[in-house]
Amino acid sequence: MTTADGLPSPLADMEPESRLQSERPQQSDGSQARARIIGDSARLATPTDNAIVTNQGVSVTLRGLRAFYGDAEQVKGVDLEFRANEVTAIIGPSGCGKSTMIRCINRMHEEIPGARAEGEVLLDETDIYDPAVDVVAVRRAVGMVFQKPNPFPTMSVFDNVAAGLRLGGRVRSVGSKAELQAKVESALRGASLWEEVRERLHEPGAGLSGGQQQRLCIARSLAVDPEVILMDEPCSALDPIATLRIEELIDDLKRRVTIVIVTHNMQQAARVADRTAFLLGGELVEVGPTQQIFTTPSDPRTEEYVTGKFG
Amino acid sequence: MSSAGQARLPARFAVSAARRRRDLLARGLILTATVIALVPLALILYYLLRKGLGAWSTSFFSTDPTGNTFFKTSSIGGIKSAILGTIEMVGLAAAMAIPLGTGVAVWLIEYGRDSWFAHAVRYFVDVLTGVPSIVFGLFIYIVLVVGTGSSYGAYKGSFALALLMLPVVTRSAEVILQLIPSGLRESALALGAPRWRVISRVVLPTALPGLITGVLLAIARAAGETAPLLFTAGETLKTNYGLGEFMNALPVQIYRDVTSPTTAVVDRAWGTALTLVAMILLLNLMARLISRRSHVA
Repeated sequence: MTTADGLPSPLADMEPESRLQSERPQQSDGSQARARIIGDSARLATPTDNAIVTNQGVSVTLRGLRAFYGDAEQVKGVDLEFRANEVTAIIGPSGCGKSTMIRCINRMHEEIPGARAEGEVLLDETDIYDPAVDVVAVRRAVGMVFQKPNPFPTMSVFDNVAAGLRLGGRVRSVGSKAELQAKVESALRGASLWEEVRERLHEPGAGLSGGQQQRLCIARSLAVDPEVILMDEPCSALDPIATLRIEELIDDLKRRVTIVIVTHNMQQAARVADRTAFLLGGELVEVGPTQQIFTTPSDPRTEEYVTGKFG
Repeated sequence: MSSAGQARLPARFAVSAARRRRDLLARGLILTATVIALVPLALILYYLLRKGLGAWSTSFFSTDPTGNTFFKTSSIGGIKSAILGTIEMVGLAAAMAIPLGTGVAVWLIEYGRDSWFAHAVRYFVDVLTGVPSIVFGLFIYIVLVVGTGSSYGAYKGSFALALLMLPVVTRSAEVILQLIPSGLRESALALGAPRWRVISRVVLPTALPGLITGVLLAIARAAGETAPLLFTAGETLKTNYGLGEFMNALPVQIYRDVTSPTTAVVDRAWGTALTLVAMILLLNLMARLISRRSHVA
């Protein structure tokens, strides 16, 4: 088993697991993700087509993922696939490791002092925990939206969206001011915020309403053209109307990216997710089509949880 | 809720007379304490203005002290050399201490965190904050004056002042950086920003107004110090610009003048003190205006 470059695959020794080896997502070319992460300049998108490239989502596969805070094991060996261009919801009671698990997918988990992760997280075919992988590139490929809307307080609406490009050092590859403006506009349109803020692009981002701020954060992560977006309870600080707008947006975004959303709200999972995974005590109990998880789960614990018997 | 209802207010909702008295007493005590604390402050400002303004004139700012302290007022000179010396020496000290101190704080918060070395650094910074200013002067005197066998010089005074400022800048910057929500750093990191960019483009700009406050405190403290300059920058009346030369400073000028038996010279000390306070106030105002432009929550 070798990869496209003829290198021995890090997966060669692994037991093939039928559940994980399910059909490869049709659209995405594995080399794209790999080139972006390893920094293979030959295969990187050239600056000229960078401005128009809109990535397709890629699949994310967890293999034996374990996450620790110091000695405490919070995620205890999870095998799970998030299919490309689908929305996967992760549900489970508080403290079951949902957030910790998705923070492993863009390597944000290790930012917490004393935290570490074991196992593999494959973006298409590339293990992002491979020592050769540039963690900064991983985070450009895998964006994240947090529970609390957190626009940069010193920056205007425009600068907040441009921040992804500027902070990531991509501004030179974007080129002219006009191109930057085009990218910001497209990201804001992508987050269905453009019409509301086009007149006040240069006002502080913190002056928007909570729901607008959260969409601004989504626009900010869209601007760097990620392949996956992780959402950690993105609506828990929002009112029902703002929540609805974000949910519509999620449905829209999955054409462009793969979405993993952690939620405490089971109605939300039922509304937005193609597939749902139920986590309990750091272990994956069950994963399947959302409809099935909520109506005919195979595990009794899932049934108890989705029918509100605990959690 | 009619006003007539007050008569029928149930006893359990009424404020008891005893609690009303205790409340009045407590309020009275706190107000008294505040007034007592304000008295010296107001008196300082009053005397500074009354005695200091009298000494101010055009020549006060445009001429050097003559050293003549026995004859008529016009011949004692102004404090030009002291003003320029303080600006130059404190400026150089700030140029050294601000980047260095802020850098230490950034390291402590963003990188060192809970390592033993970070704890050691924090401890020594705390110790340095408590070191009397004359000790910094003594240290520079031993190392740069006696140690090199050379004479006094302005840059040596600046080194002493920079040492004095360093722990103040570090400690205040560390406190401010600690207050920056970690969610801000995380969201920047999650955009694929390298850590140095997160620090320089998100963390530091957000912290800027707080950082400026700390820097101003340090500058104000350094500008008011006499002791570290006495045997590092030397004593002179002349205006010197070279950093290797002797240099006058405002606090040194005050120290020298206030011990004089001549009234006019003592008045010059008041004028000098007012100048020093006015300069720090001006710097403070300028910094506030600049930092307000970067609208931070």
